[in-house]
Amino acid sequence: MDKLQIYGLVTGILFGVLLQRARVLRFEKQIGALLLRDMTIVKFMFSAILVGMVGIYALHDLGVVKLSIKPLILGGNIGGGLLFGFGWALLGFCPGTAGGAIGEGRWHALWGLAGMIAGAALYAELYPFMKRTVLTWGDYGKITIPQALGVSHWLVIPAFILAGLGLFWFLEKMKV
Amino acid sequence: MKLKTADGGWNPYLAGAMTGVLMILSVVVAGKYFGASTTMVRAAAMIEQKVAPEHVAKAEYYQKEKPIFDWQWLFVAGVFVGGLITSVAFGDFKLESVPPIWKERFGRRILPRAAVAFLGGFIALFGARLAGGCPSGHGLTGGLQLSVSGYVALICFFVGGLIVANLVYRKGARHG
Repeated sequence: MDKLQIYGLVTGILFGVLLQRARVLRFEKQIGALLLRDMTIVKFMFSAILVGMVGIYALHDLGVVKLSIKPLILGGNIGGGLLFGFGWALLGFCPGTAGGAIGEGRWHALWGLAGMIAGAALYAELYPFMKRTVLTWGDYGKITIPQALGVSHWLVIPAFILAGLGLFWFLEKMKV
Repeated sequence: MKLKTADGGWNPYLAGAMTGVLMILSVVVAGKYFGASTTMVRAAAMIEQKVAPEHVAKAEYYQKEKPIFDWQWLFVAGVFVGGLITSVAFGDFKLESVPPIWKERFGRRILPRAAVAFLGGFIALFGARLAGGCPSGHGLTGGLQLSVSGYVALICFFVGGLIVANLVYRKGARHG
């Protein structure tokens, strides 16, 4: 294994530990969030996003790290995003958590993993078509929210932190 | 705030914040942002290579996402290892053939669950590739970089998921 593969493996193991301990790998938690009954995965996800946001932007401004933004293509992001949601709710796992769930003994996630690989294979066949059609609909390129608003990211980040804390407060109040 | 949730899981805010730190370290050390769904494309190409290597060599998408064990492949495998080690170490590894919520709603038979899980995985991954990412690549990575595409996709993941989860699991589902 080369150095990058070792970094990948170690990072994945640590991520798996955190996902497992916080119960994020569980079918019950994923479906619980989609039924608005147990928002564990939302709390986990936004805590990670807010901490990562401050760190990555600070290090970016210091010239230590590079950003890696995916393009905004409304056809793909919205169409694909909704399709993902439909499938996610049927399966109860996402691509990152299915493997971890199998690790926990929830071997029924294997069916989902097989489906994912088959879905990837079909997408590969249809990619040239998608590239000519859906992936040209509403292509705005690689933009961030601060760029779209024309303001400093240090204005947007505190707003996101406040919104996140408000969301957490609300979720705790609703006991979900 | 409690360090453990009612079901014995780690506090999701704390585990999420630790994930945020892990994401920052990954970018600093390896230059890699979290993601998972591209690995399913590489896995599909690896399987297809066994039966039709010429086809894989010609397919545009498999040239874009080559059948190699890259950082992300090992990362996704690492989540499996992390889930396995942690669940065994903490005594909550459990072989489960059908998720409890599913069992309450549709019974214990494996075949119906396998069929729906396969279909769910299939749709989810096709959607993720069309959207350009999954809850890891768009949600965590896009979210922390304030990428517009990340939030558009994340909202669509949840909208699609809310619709289907409520259609399928609303009746019979209890608190996870």
